[in-house]
Amino acid sequence: MDQEAYLDFEKNIAEIDERIEGLRHVTGSDDDFDLDEEVSGLEKKLEKILDQTYAKLTPWQKTQVARHPKRPHCLDYINGLITDFQLLAGDRLFGEDEAVVGGIGRFRGRSVVVIGQEKGNDIETRLKHNFGMAKPEGYRKAVRLMKLADQFNMPVLTFVDTAGAYPGLEGEERGQAEAIASSIDACFSVGVPIVATVIGEGGSGGAIAIAVANRILMLEHSVYSVISPEGCASILWRDGQEAQKAAEALRLTAQDLKDLGVIDDIIAEPRGGAHRNPTEAVLKTGEAISGALADFNDMTREQIRREREEKFLKMTRAE
Amino acid sequence: MSWLTNYVRPKLQGLAGKRDIPQNLWEKCPSCGAMIYHRELEQNAQICTQCNHHFRLTVKQRLDILFDDARYDEIELPEVKEDPLDFADLKSYPDRLKSARKQTGRPDAMTVASGTMEGQKAVAGVMDFSFMGGSMGTAFGEAFITATELAALQDAAFVMVTASGGARMQEGILSLMQMARTTLAVRKLKEKGLPYIVLLTDPTTGGVSASFAMLGDIAVAEPGALIGFAGARVIEQTIRAQLPEGFQRAEYLRSHGMVDMVVDRRQLRHTLGTLIDLLRRPVSDKPY
Ligand SMILES: [Zn+2]
Repeated sequence: MDQEAYLDFEKNIAEIDERIEGLRHVTGSDDDFDLDEEVSGLEKKLEKILDQTYAKLTPWQKTQVARHPKRPHCLDYINGLITDFQLLAGDRLFGEDEAVVGGIGRFRGRSVVVIGQEKGNDIETRLKHNFGMAKPEGYRKAVRLMKLADQFNMPVLTFVDTAGAYPGLEGEERGQAEAIASSIDACFSVGVPIVATVIGEGGSGGAIAIAVANRILMLEHSVYSVISPEGCASILWRDGQEAQKAAEALRLTAQDLKDLGVIDDIIAEPRGGAHRNPTEAVLKTGEAISGALADFNDMTREQIRREREEKFLKMTRAE
Repeated sequence: MSWLTNYVRPKLQGLAGKRDIPQNLWEKCPSCGAMIYHRELEQNAQICTQCNHHFRLTVKQRLDILFDDARYDEIELPEVKEDPLDFADLKSYPDRLKSARKQTGRPDAMTVASGTMEGQKAVAGVMDFSFMGGSMGTAFGEAFITATELAALQDAAFVMVTASGGARMQEGILSLMQMARTTLAVRKLKEKGLPYIVLLTDPTTGGVSASFAMLGDIAVAEPGALIGFAGARVIEQTIRAQLPEGFQRAEYLRSHGMVDMVVDRRQLRHTLGTLIDLLRRPVSDKPY
């Protein structure tokens, strides 16, 4: 892996990775057997370190993992889980916002609508998708696609991965606030199940706009928060450097959200995080979504709608 | 002048409302800098006599203006678990709550009252910006739901007066969920066919603007009110440019199609009453 792939707490992991790779490059000598043994020894050591490190990530470390540039993004999930995917563009009001990817396709044979934020993987795609920060058009496209899902009785799968809605001039001009509010409202309106999966960063209003769902899943090392730790730190601690403290205080990890009754399930990530094995992460997510959707097979449209309403009415209420 | 007669209310009420003598007899207008005698402000609905700047109101001042004869019943609101995350920044959340309560004399950032506006039955929710920036937490969410349920129970319109910097960070994800819960409450109210009128006042931003505040059947804004999603400083940092004059002000939102009308506070109750009447009585019994 290149250096971009390592987080600041992964120094020893990077070291072993490098040594393993180095040994694998040595070829043609007589003592191959010894080398193999050394490699497998290092691999065992690596597994142990990965397990240990990832078992006790701090909330701030999880935030970093959730934002990892190599982490599978929305389009990776679509490519891995959806067949016959047809990308659908535009809000029919102003424009096309590629920060939100949407379309129809088949999930395990069944027609579904997919909506998610895409952050991009390199400079070109990051710019194309505006780093996953949607403008009003993105949310209005989401509303349009939810209506489409409702009309043709297709479940909605959303993939949440955004630092937040785009805080720019044009967004305000065109009603960012109204667009998000309407997207939340649209989530409540549909008579089909919505399964939302937080795959990386669930950033505030821009995230919940497409996460008002019958089932809310989170990847093990993803985060979901009312404000970024940096933003919170700069307001409450008056110092953006205190992000670590803010991350702890905000209770933004998947485990916290499960305890708080805000999400339904946590999807276990591959050893060392989803970025070390994107394929496995995507497949496990597919399993979890499939399980979540099955709960609604025998429900009427009205029951599905009501179930979602009751869930949110009860949510955050003390027992 | 109907707005005048509508605005002027019994003197007794005005006196009773100002039991606590203001510390400053003169107030400086933040817009034009004029010094205005407090009595003069009080008689002018807290509007600058020089430049028409609408001063921010206390909850009591707001309720007095909204309801006929400044008469209304305040509703008791559900209690919620305090400090659900055990949150502390430089100060602990319970300490922040304590000082906000001491300062405002209210349990949280939302007050709910019922009464009439120009004879029309109405429930009003009023946010208090002076209570931790009017932030929306679980107490607010429950209060909002209660207000919509009360409107349904009383077969009344719901008038929501917003003033908030957004979600309450000290309740983390639980406060974010109130965006969904309040939106749901609005949806249930609309299903019952009751009018939901939002009055956007200075300032209304963040998660509040991006949920129930932008979902009114009718959106009314007070002149000059700051209304938007992202804060101006964040936007300036993002786009690395200065924002245009009047950006995110009520008039800007009106010209960008985001609110129906910008209404002078002295005509507010009359406007609200008329709107409710029009929405609720499709056929007038008044002679025409
Ligand atoms: Zn003035």
